[in-house]
Amino acid sequence: MSKVMSRPPASAPPPAAMDADAGSWTLRVRKTWDRVLPMDHLLPHRQPYYVGSWVYVFGVVTIAALVWVVVSGVVLSFMGPQWWHDTGVGHFFNSLHFWSVQMFFIFMVLHLWGQYFMAGWRDGRALTWMIGVVIFGISILTAFTGYLSQLNFDSQYIGISAKDAMDGAGIGAFFNVLNFGQMYGLHVMLLPITVTFIVVVHIVMVRSRGVVKPIGPEGGAAK
Amino acid sequence: MKMLKQEMTQEEYYRGVRMVPYDLVKELFLALAGLGIFVFVLAAAFSSPDVPTVTIQQWAQNDPVDFVSTAAGELAGTTTSAGYGAPYNNAGGEQTWGPFAPQIWFGQRIPIDSANDFVIQPLKYASAGNPGLTTAISTWTSADGDQQTKWVTAYTDALAKATYADGKVSVADGDYGPLPVMMSALLTQGQSGGLDGLLTGAGHFYQVDYTKALLFMGDGNYLFDLADQQNLSGDQWGMMNETGSYPGQTWLWLYTAWYQVWPFTSDTGVLGLNGGNADLGVVVLMTLLTAALALIPLIPILRDIPRWVPIHRLIWRDYYAPKKSAAPARA
Repeated sequence: MSKVMSRPPASAPPPAAMDADAGSWTLRVRKTWDRVLPMDHLLPHRQPYYVGSWVYVFGVVTIAALVWVVVSGVVLSFMGPQWWHDTGVGHFFNSLHFWSVQMFFIFMVLHLWGQYFMAGWRDGRALTWMIGVVIFGISILTAFTGYLSQLNFDSQYIGISAKDAMDGAGIGAFFNVLNFGQMYGLHVMLLPITVTFIVVVHIVMVRSRGVVKPIGPEGGAAK
Repeated sequence: MKMLKQEMTQEEYYRGVRMVPYDLVKELFLALAGLGIFVFVLAAAFSSPDVPTVTIQQWAQNDPVDFVSTAAGELAGTTTSAGYGAPYNNAGGEQTWGPFAPQIWFGQRIPIDSANDFVIQPLKYASAGNPGLTTAISTWTSADGDQQTKWVTAYTDALAKATYADGKVSVADGDYGPLPVMMSALLTQGQSGGLDGLLTGAGHFYQVDYTKALLFMGDGNYLFDLADQQNLSGDQWGMMNETGSYPGQTWLWLYTAWYQVWPFTSDTGVLGLNGGNADLGVVVLMTLLTAALALIPLIPILRDIPRWVPIHRLIWRDYYAPKKSAAPARA
């Protein structure tokens, strides 16, 4: 690194090349990335001392649960929707998926309440909070399509019951909860990709801004 | 908008804050491993629910009077699906809230003719080689509406005291036109499993849309009685629960809760919201509440509660602890 920094000026690009660089989209993207999210912000090895609270763990565990949801879901989708009804191994993978989803929601809600009582949206972090709520909403929709894709009594009854809410709100005209193909397609592809993508955006926003400071002065009463 | 945009770099923001070693990657891997083991244990110990589907065949075999009553109701146009309105038909049963009527706006996008799709067409398949049934269907379809109504009303009334024996639903003598022949044939078709194939297959070899079969089953009481036994009914906090002793979709608790309380349990309600348009009302309400949750940073009082409720002092105990040794350092 120091060698690069100490190169003689003679090796620098000529003025014409620098002009060409100035119009480079690639260079602009890289500079913007370096400014918004340098690596020591994305993967910091030091944090403010108050980050030692257990509340900060909820977000990380939510991500861990999402990883297990996706891993078990990929296995289930690869083997097909009938597999877990017919084989013990398939049913076990469904159970892994089921409990991963339960853990995902438990820790996501704990994370949400934790962030609420920490007022995590302060100091320019409102958009991070809003995107978190969007993740929560889309996750509910993803889980809902999962329950409708189970091909068992639960999915039959949930479909029959839920259609009235969807139809009553006009959503059912485009989102037919009794159409297994539509629900399954949304559940295994579009919605999980969306959740994962927005979670990545959420994490990038958290890391680029850093965690919010505690409310009020250190060692004293809150304002 | 200070809430929306950070006006300083991270380095400036943390200036003067004591930084300590923190291994994020290690924490993530420990969480992955720990949660993976925990989920593995839960899956091994508690498995997951998988109550088999209910078939039309089971319905016709286990509750034949309900099955026949539902089929007669399809012909009479008195079932839920027959009077539903959009997106299935133009029967006009849509939910509205004053001029707000999204169910009507998008029209009949999933056309369902309950009488024809659930009764007449399946019977036509079954009528091959059965001249008696062919004649009965022809008699029904060629009769005028008034005559059909007379037959089906009398038959539906008689079904209230129907008995079932030897594979037949029997009603008191009366003028029911071709209905006893038609209903007997449909019951046989249902009990044999043929109706499952017709309604779930819906004329296709590959088929993934079960709208017709589920709507037909949803018109009867059998599916709901089974759901009631599993504590899944709407007045039992509905689809938030699931079969067996499993947690279900607990995250839907607030959505489900509105169905248990006024005005959504009331016939009259308030401001045009009542039990009749509860689905529309609850979806609107939940949409507004979700938007409010997202916009908390911009909503006074809601965004101030965390400052007033000292839970943050528990979360950041170290930060708020008196700094005995820190005071001289600052001075």
